[in-house]
Amino acid sequence: MTASSASALLLLLRLRTFVALFLVFAFFAYAAPNFLSAENIVIMSKHVALNAFLAIGMTFVIITGGIDLSVGSIVGLCAMVAGWLVLYGIDPGYGWSIQFNTLEICLIVCLVGIGVGVINGFLITRLNVAPFIATLGTLYVARGAALLSSNGATFPNLGGNPDYGSDTFRFLGAGNLAGIPVSIWLLVIVALLAAYASQRTPLGRHIYAVGGNERGAALSGVKVNRVKMAVYMFSGFCAALVGLVIASQLQAAHPATGETFELNAIAAAVLGGTSMSGGRGRVGGTVIGAFVIGILSDGLVMMGVSSFWQTVIKGVVIIAAVVVDQAQQRLHARVVLQQQAAVGH
Amino acid sequence: MSGAAGAEAYPIGLSIRGGTKIYPGTRALKAVDFDLRMGAVNVLVGENGAGKSTMMKVIAGIEQLTEGTMLMEGKPVHFRDKAEAVAHGIGIVNQELNLFANLTVSENIFIAREIARGGIDIDRAAQREATRRLMQRLEQEIDPDTPVGNLRIGQQQIVEIAKSLAQDARILILDEPTSALSAHEVEVLFRVIEDLKAHGVGIVYISHRLPELIRIGDYITVLRDGVITGARPMDGVDIPWIVRNMIGDASRDFPRTETAAFGDEIFRAEEVTLPRLGGGFAVDHVSLSVRAGEILGVYGLMGAGRSEFLECVMAQHPHSGGKLYVEGRLLTEPDVTGRIRRGIALIPEDRKRDGLVQIMSIRENITLSSLKDFTRLFHLNLKAEAAGALAFIKRLTIKVASPDNPVSSLSGGNQQKVVIGKALMTKPKVLLMDEPSRGIDIGAKAEVFRTMRHLAGEGLGIIFVTSDLDEVMALSDRILVMAQGRVTGIFDAASTTPAEVAAAAAPNRHQETAA
Repeated sequence: MTASSASALLLLLRLRTFVALFLVFAFFAYAAPNFLSAENIVIMSKHVALNAFLAIGMTFVIITGGIDLSVGSIVGLCAMVAGWLVLYGIDPGYGWSIQFNTLEICLIVCLVGIGVGVINGFLITRLNVAPFIATLGTLYVARGAALLSSNGATFPNLGGNPDYGSDTFRFLGAGNLAGIPVSIWLLVIVALLAAYASQRTPLGRHIYAVGGNERGAALSGVKVNRVKMAVYMFSGFCAALVGLVIASQLQAAHPATGETFELNAIAAAVLGGTSMSGGRGRVGGTVIGAFVIGILSDGLVMMGVSSFWQTVIKGVVIIAAVVVDQAQQRLHARVVLQQQAAVGH
Repeated sequence: MSGAAGAEAYPIGLSIRGGTKIYPGTRALKAVDFDLRMGAVNVLVGENGAGKSTMMKVIAGIEQLTEGTMLMEGKPVHFRDKAEAVAHGIGIVNQELNLFANLTVSENIFIAREIARGGIDIDRAAQREATRRLMQRLEQEIDPDTPVGNLRIGQQQIVEIAKSLAQDARILILDEPTSALSAHEVEVLFRVIEDLKAHGVGIVYISHRLPELIRIGDYITVLRDGVITGARPMDGVDIPWIVRNMIGDASRDFPRTETAAFGDEIFRAEEVTLPRLGGGFAVDHVSLSVRAGEILGVYGLMGAGRSEFLECVMAQHPHSGGKLYVEGRLLTEPDVTGRIRRGIALIPEDRKRDGLVQIMSIRENITLSSLKDFTRLFHLNLKAEAAGALAFIKRLTIKVASPDNPVSSLSGGNQQKVVIGKALMTKPKVLLMDEPSRGIDIGAKAEVFRTMRHLAGEGLGIIFVTSDLDEVMALSDRILVMAQGRVTGIFDAASTTPAEVAAAAAPNRHQETAA
């Protein structure tokens, strides 16, 4: 292969998630009626946004070489906390209660999500529990807490109370700004901030360094534990957002909300080029990965493909993505070595 | 080559013709011809990075030749992996031991070749018995059921040798086998080698300890910079001959600065200690000081506690004791970040593991310790960062196709310069260098040494650790020798002799007098 054809192929491989998105999109636009209608696009983006939030948080965790299995449960727990606060406020048991407005509810729920992240970070950095085990543990604990909060029942009718200023709660999941759903705006903001943080701040660089070589990073003066703590906190925060949006969208909170969401988030991150061994991945890639998965499942539904087949197809796409990723890594290494050979040693 | 008479007594068991090995960025072997004699000890010497280990990896099937052929009994052979080499009766005991600390001695010896009934049920009794016989042959009292992690390094080495013996190795490669052994264990090893020789085993013996080589060797091969510079029977070989072939006529010339007056004391360590697991000290009350512009060479053999001392200075061991001063002020910072801020920079021994993030670009590696310099509040100025990195790439003449390529694409010497660049970017006052010439070729070495001289000239205090006697003699202003965690001598480089320094580094002196 000549150098130019190699670098052309490399560019194509590097943009593979984009190419995949384009192909999936074009295919359904052609094959599924109504796929391109504005209505459908909005509905689809809302679905995608939920997974994309989690996947962005997951991307940072995976770049440091960790994993966060607890995000699905955090979604459920946060949805329940939001439902509880909207319905009951906080009742200390003296015959009076503290009620909150929408903004306060959002803040508290986010703190709950971040709090679970802190627990994950503490277990991993201070008690040296492997990330897989630590977050598997909090997966169960958070899910159990969500179930306990209502004894397994759903919190219905989360319309809020105008007297307390919580009637705007539904705005988060159902509202529009300039014709675009609020949750999409939120996703844009979170994605842009995350992309900025990962590429243009020392913390972002440190996240990559920790995942690339933890010892080397530590010896270079990177505060490894703080970096790890930060990514688990951010992942918890992202999960809290999803919990809020879902509770608001459905006007109800169910304790099983978010089950297996963590797997979809990992899938989106991997599809977007995040390496499970750490050190590599981008927010942009992850968001596109989330769109590919989301469009794939919604499009197949519209085509009337059985949901069992959807599951199979999703799995095949993920595996294919990783295989292509490996090929890109090899090709990249070769091109770089050729360049280096040209300048000598 | 001479030695026609010996050729019949010692038939050639394996030979390499025109062997060349190219790694990305380096030619580790350049058309070498090598003969391995059976029933004899084939000694292999050369400096770090001369290509000894590469050649042995080729023979053991771990690496493959880029060009050239390997012959066994006249027939060309080609090992695609280690298992094929083992099938041809070739065993290797690496410097870095290849054992499972969590498994027992007999489990280690029979790993991946378990004696099993019907291929399923491991016959522990048989493995234990075989292990016991091997240990008897090696004169060791090691229980086959001890977890290898509980053994001393020397004993672990014996286990590694036993593993090769258990595979009926006809050719046994020993890479620096004595570096971690006590005097007594070395004697045992030599007896084992004599015994193996008598059974017709061909042994390749790699070591830096020249007197040892002359004592044990039958044939000697000297490598320099990937080329064989001398090969002959051991009769009549002396140390000057070896050194001449190792270093070459263009003997190393590291220009010493014209005795530039040193500045004030810039770094001082007082009574630094690091307790060792299971009693004793890895670093035993070490005190030293360096002045601005001075290069202090710390010499000692492996396990002398030199690297551990540097790690203590770099806050890697929370249990270490002692006091450290930079420019007369006590170091109170408990973590690496704080120590870097106070002007200490470490260039670790193991570039791959400790020095670099291989997956990141050259630019990102160089600036990793100094991102603060390019950051306002939390915003990282990528342009300024790129300019800063480029300045250091130029200053250290690092040869790169693009600063944005992964650092793993560089040769060893250039990678080392990236590590040095990263350290210098933190504007250190004291530079700690752990084996700065390890794994880089001779040209790059000279350049790294020139850089060190230059930096000292600019007023840095440099402490560099090495186990290369010539290097420490040529490069240091003062030499500090360590053995078994203790400082055993401090010499002025101008007025001391290599023999004096080497004598101070000999281990076991204290132990033997104590015992």
